[in-house]
Amino acid sequence: MKAIKRLGLPRIIIIVFFLLLWVTAGVKGLHIPGLLKDSTVRIGMNLIMVLAMVPAIRSGIGLNFALPIGIICGILGGVMAIEFEVIGFAGFLYALVIAIPLSVAFGWIYGIMLNKIKGSEMLVSTYVGFSIVSLFCIAWIVLPFTSDEMRWPIGEGLRTVVSLESTFGHILNDFLDFDILPGYRFPTGLILFSGFVCLIYYIFSQTRVGIAMKTVGDNPKFAASIGLNVDRYRILGTILSTVLGAVGMVVFAQSFGYIQLYQAPLMMAFPAVAAILIGGATAKKANISFVIIGTILFQGLLTISLPVASSFFDGGNISEVIRMIVQNGIILYALAQGGSE
Amino acid sequence: MKDIQKEYYGNRVLKGVNLNIKPGEIHAIVGENGAGKSTLMNILFGMRVIHDTGGFEGEVVIDGETVVAKSSEEVMQLGVGMVHQEFMLIPDFTIAENIKLNREITTENIVSKTFKRENLEFLDRKQMNAEAKIALDTLGMDIKETTKVAMLPIGHMQFIEIAREIDKLGIKLLVFDEPTAVLTESEADNLLKAMKNLADKGIGILFITHRLDEVKAVTDNITIIRDGEHIKTVPTSEVSVEEIAGLMVGRQISIEQNEDMMSEAEIDALETILEVRNLKVNMPGEEVKGIDFDIKRGEILGIAGLAGHGKIGVANGIMGLYKASGQVKYNGQPLDISNTKVTLSNDIAFVSEDRKGVGLLLDGSIEDNIMITTMQVKRQFLSGGLINKALVRKHANDMIKQLDIRCTGSKQPTRRLSGGNQQKVCLARALTQAPKLLFVSEPTRGIDIGAKKLVLDYLTKLAKEDNVTVVVTSSELAELRSVCDRIAIVAEGRLEGILMPSAEDVEFGLMMSGEYHKYMKKEAN
Repeated sequence: MKAIKRLGLPRIIIIVFFLLLWVTAGVKGLHIPGLLKDSTVRIGMNLIMVLAMVPAIRSGIGLNFALPIGIICGILGGVMAIEFEVIGFAGFLYALVIAIPLSVAFGWIYGIMLNKIKGSEMLVSTYVGFSIVSLFCIAWIVLPFTSDEMRWPIGEGLRTVVSLESTFGHILNDFLDFDILPGYRFPTGLILFSGFVCLIYYIFSQTRVGIAMKTVGDNPKFAASIGLNVDRYRILGTILSTVLGAVGMVVFAQSFGYIQLYQAPLMMAFPAVAAILIGGATAKKANISFVIIGTILFQGLLTISLPVASSFFDGGNISEVIRMIVQNGIILYALAQGGSE
Repeated sequence: MKDIQKEYYGNRVLKGVNLNIKPGEIHAIVGENGAGKSTLMNILFGMRVIHDTGGFEGEVVIDGETVVAKSSEEVMQLGVGMVHQEFMLIPDFTIAENIKLNREITTENIVSKTFKRENLEFLDRKQMNAEAKIALDTLGMDIKETTKVAMLPIGHMQFIEIAREIDKLGIKLLVFDEPTAVLTESEADNLLKAMKNLADKGIGILFITHRLDEVKAVTDNITIIRDGEHIKTVPTSEVSVEEIAGLMVGRQISIEQNEDMMSEAEIDALETILEVRNLKVNMPGEEVKGIDFDIKRGEILGIAGLAGHGKIGVANGIMGLYKASGQVKYNGQPLDISNTKVTLSNDIAFVSEDRKGVGLLLDGSIEDNIMITTMQVKRQFLSGGLINKALVRKHANDMIKQLDIRCTGSKQPTRRLSGGNQQKVCLARALTQAPKLLFVSEPTRGIDIGAKKLVLDYLTKLAKEDNVTVVVTSSELAELRSVCDRIAIVAEGRLEGILMPSAEDVEFGLMMSGEYHKYMKKEAN
């Protein structure tokens, strides 16, 4: 009974719906191992971006709708790796090495900005996220990249979709992978890496600095009264969130096999926000278990709803509709809950 | 008002207060903070909070008619007005617009005629300005009614409030709630003159204030309330300021006096632990305007004063929670009071008066709350850079036992604890720092008697047995007198004086209303 109360009604509904979809998939004779594999891959590739919400929420800036800042840094890392033709595992690491310092710098500047607009961080961050995407739409055209992998064959600028096939695509997914069931290939490297990042974050949250950051988010006045520099820890939270966004993007891209430029990062914050909220977080409270539960539920739901829906109806649109309803509905629900406190 | 009684959640805050005001009379109500003055006014105005908490006993009679007001509008219709302590004015409106707010004079126009709706009519500014002018003239204010309120000095704003009330038709009774608190002396004098003028026109005035000389100067009768009890109503001419002060404070012997209190000579002989010079603290509502005092090692120093006079600001300023200036020396060394971290690492601890806002992590567990300051400032409870939960739990359980914190365990969120137990958690957090100097603000506010006694006894034990210097800021004078060695009294942001707890009621009363020195001077002459 207590466990049910802790889960909350919306989560129970989603869990029931989720299980129902799996049962339906079985009844309809869909290829379950294939669906399991797709789910696992999607969970693994999205986990870090969902984790990026945690430092933001904990340091008191709320849900980081400006995740595209970090995502752009991740993309920059990726395209640099292609540009300098660093391939394989080295390419993946090279992308991270470029992306992390960039995201620290961007996160730092963005954190300073957030300290000037305390109280309306989430609204502002949404627009900051949109703006940076637009800014980089110009950048993708004017930056002097020369690699033929990425440039349009004729004209200026980079293509909208860049393949990672010849560089570091699936580098994590294929690391130590094995078949659990025939057709259910487990992406060991991907899950290990994402899990490892979560573990590092968990360890950080048990340190003096991690606890201080959480204190600042819980009650800034209290934090000030015990001598913590509130603004500094908020900046730290913003930087961490941006860095995790960048790392998350590199992991996402290698698993996806492509890097999408231009408008693609525009809406990428929303699935991450929705996932952590489904997991049980609010704009003020978050931990790693919410990240894991939320990502499994949300990404799992997306993976399975498409084939199940299209086994009932012709055309794939209905699954997209369900995705929008679940994603935006849960964001709306969580924000409305937060407002009534 | 006859035999007014009121209970808040089983706590009797008014115990039979009678109040009669005749037309043209200026009647003062005096009492300490929490004596029941505001509750009495809330009853008079039929405020919702009264009805929501079960109404009141007794009768309110206006002009021979018993009134059971459901809302303040009803009472205002009957000719009762209120001049608020905080200005209820719209800065960007003109004086006339403010005076006529929600009672605007309007003229018809096409739209309003078409829709037959009065709220679509135009404002008749000419008429409004003219009537506002009359109200201002009544008060002897030579100022243009079309000036925007934002441009006015504070003293004038008070007059605009009054003008608004007297502009209402058939005003019979005006309530002034501490109108002079924010005014300078000359502005206050003007206000008092205006009050006399109004009284001469036959309007009854109810005057709530802490300034006893003003009471003495303008009022006809005085009602003194203490702890919800009607102490006395007397004609002003028959009592002295001294007597009023004595009656206001009274001696409440609910908590026994501390026996081994130090004598004045003993305190003088102690070395100074904290030397404060010209401390100014910019804390909204509790501003400190320059205070000098010394805290002696091992004493319990009380800081008393009325709400809003700055006593709360002292500890907050020294801890660096609000912008403060001044020279502070700790053990003879200069202390940077703007840096909370440095202050804390010097073994100075603080229990905030704002328990829920500043004092606690409400969603954090008891153990998290208790360890956090010490962990952050002194880096204890850590092993290998990570939090050592076993150590934290052991310490928290010790504290829970020592302070008798009633809880389901050290993992319970502090939000679910009662006020008294929350206060004990705050205290436990400060004690974990092993402080040499402990500031405690309002330690007994909103907690039950049992917890009160425990907290106060514990503070005494700290000072006497562990040689911790304790500075207690409290609105409860009786409590301070029972535990402190010395009591510093702050009035209007300045130190009025330091008294021994055994000093006379009269001295406390005079000091709290900031009239001690004035009065003593008069006496000497």
